[in-house]
Amino acid sequence: MGAIYRREIGAYFTSSIAYIFLAVFWTFSGWFFYAASLTAGTTDMSGMFQSLFLVIIFLIPILTMRLFSEEKKQKTEQGLLTAPVSLGEIVFGKYFAALTLYTIAILMPFVYAMIMSSFGHVEWGIVFANFLALFLLGAAFIAVGTLISALTENQIAAAVMSFVALMALYMLDLVGGLINIVWVQNLLKSLSFYTKYYSVTVGLFNVSTVVFYLSVAFIFNYLTIRVFERRRWS
Amino acid sequence: MIEVRHLTKHYGDKHAVNDISFTVEDGEILGFLGPNGAGKSTTMNMLTGYISSTSGTALINGVDILEDPIKAKSYIGYLPELPPLYLDMTVKGYLHYIYDLKKCKLPRRAHLNEVMTLTQISDVQDRLIKNLSKGYRQRVGLAQALIGNPPVLILDEPTVGMDPRQIQEILSLIKKLGRNHSVILSSHILSEIQATCDRIIIINHGVVAAHDTADNLSKNVSADHRVLARIEGPREEIVKALRNIDGIRYCRADMEREPGVFEYELEAAPGYDIRRQLFDIVCEHHWYLLSLRSAELTLEDVFLKITMGEGIVLPDADKQAAAQTEEG
Repeated sequence: MGAIYRREIGAYFTSSIAYIFLAVFWTFSGWFFYAASLTAGTTDMSGMFQSLFLVIIFLIPILTMRLFSEEKKQKTEQGLLTAPVSLGEIVFGKYFAALTLYTIAILMPFVYAMIMSSFGHVEWGIVFANFLALFLLGAAFIAVGTLISALTENQIAAAVMSFVALMALYMLDLVGGLINIVWVQNLLKSLSFYTKYYSVTVGLFNVSTVVFYLSVAFIFNYLTIRVFERRRWS
Repeated sequence: MIEVRHLTKHYGDKHAVNDISFTVEDGEILGFLGPNGAGKSTTMNMLTGYISSTSGTALINGVDILEDPIKAKSYIGYLPELPPLYLDMTVKGYLHYIYDLKKCKLPRRAHLNEVMTLTQISDVQDRLIKNLSKGYRQRVGLAQALIGNPPVLILDEPTVGMDPRQIQEILSLIKKLGRNHSVILSSHILSEIQATCDRIIIINHGVVAAHDTADNLSKNVSADHRVLARIEGPREEIVKALRNIDGIRYCRADMEREPGVFEYELEAAPGYDIRRQLFDIVCEHHWYLLSLRSAELTLEDVFLKITMGEGIVLPDADKQAAAQTEEG
């Protein structure tokens, strides 16, 4: 797994996706930090964290689009699948590489918090809870993007499809609001990615949120492994 | 050691590979020959665990590729038809990656240097793979297969895109490797296979059409002992004299190749070697024998005959067909 992870991190930087991803993410987070915290003169960063939800819906597809599609297109997939490693190692090696880059990006709010701490009191617990929620949300979304990347050999198609999928997950409870059946509404609400994230940003952190995002991440990575297993047996 | 038993692959109702069986011992090179789409690559993909088989087993050093794929794969060095190269890496960076990927335990620097020297890519080790020519890429692909010194090498058309000198070098390397590895080598180019391999399997339409040594393959197909002789002397008399050889089936004079020199085509019944008698006759009459060669089919002819479906059944294929009907 280590070899795949290191190669993937290296590829992020040689293909300049890492720079684009980090630059765009930091630009947006900086802008929201400025607009929601600095101009308002508050150390509360929940406004910024709420806005980042949409930013990562746009950016995570860029992070995951080439993970497997590029391997397939360049025919390097064959080398990977005939190497003495398990499918789990391959999928998680790539997944963790994307997650690492994402984590580097979302560490930035700690820098903002440090800046603010010289002007006023910062609730570090809340900042950390928000960071954790953003991390878990990303962990789930990256798993979705990884699966979609394994389904196509076209990077752009993978990016667009991931974007549509993440948008659909985002709008689960909006759709729920339109359907007048109580149990469907409740089901969609309980599956909502946004509601859970939003409640953390307003200060409600609970374990079920952690479990939910981690389960989603696990399920989608498992599905990616299944995709490769199926392909071999087809 | 590679053991393949009744390996079959269906895609829907299309039979890509149908009931192929063979064994490759340590220190042996097996040539895989067949026209495009015959099932060579499919067979190799099944042996290396890239795709599964519909039925049958493939054992690599006694380990079933489907039952314990990771262990079996660790015994294999595989060069696929398209080498799995990451174009944006340097040669050295790529080989380091493969070393890690295969969880290789050999001393890193020494081993990588050895592999690069063997495949003669040391001088391009710091270049990006995307800037290399096809021949060099192919050699990086071969280097990748050799990392970890696996006992089994499966090479799918390793000489594609190389110039004749490079082909010679790579083939002699493969021959050297064949002394202590089990090697499967596929190619379209018959002379390569003939020069390199101990045994040859010809695959056509997903089945083994022939399985023998190169020499035997030619002999079996040409069945009758045919000889071409160039003799200087009076044509009619020579033909008459040659027709007296024991076991001769027919003799005819061909073109006049040089003034007064004709080429004679002779065919004897199976089991008769007529070359000595021919020589004696020519001497007796004080004619001159200018050249004598056997008109055995070359591997090229064999290949064409078998794959064009001229209905030649070789002894080995015969046995297999019999085995199949017994089981069926």
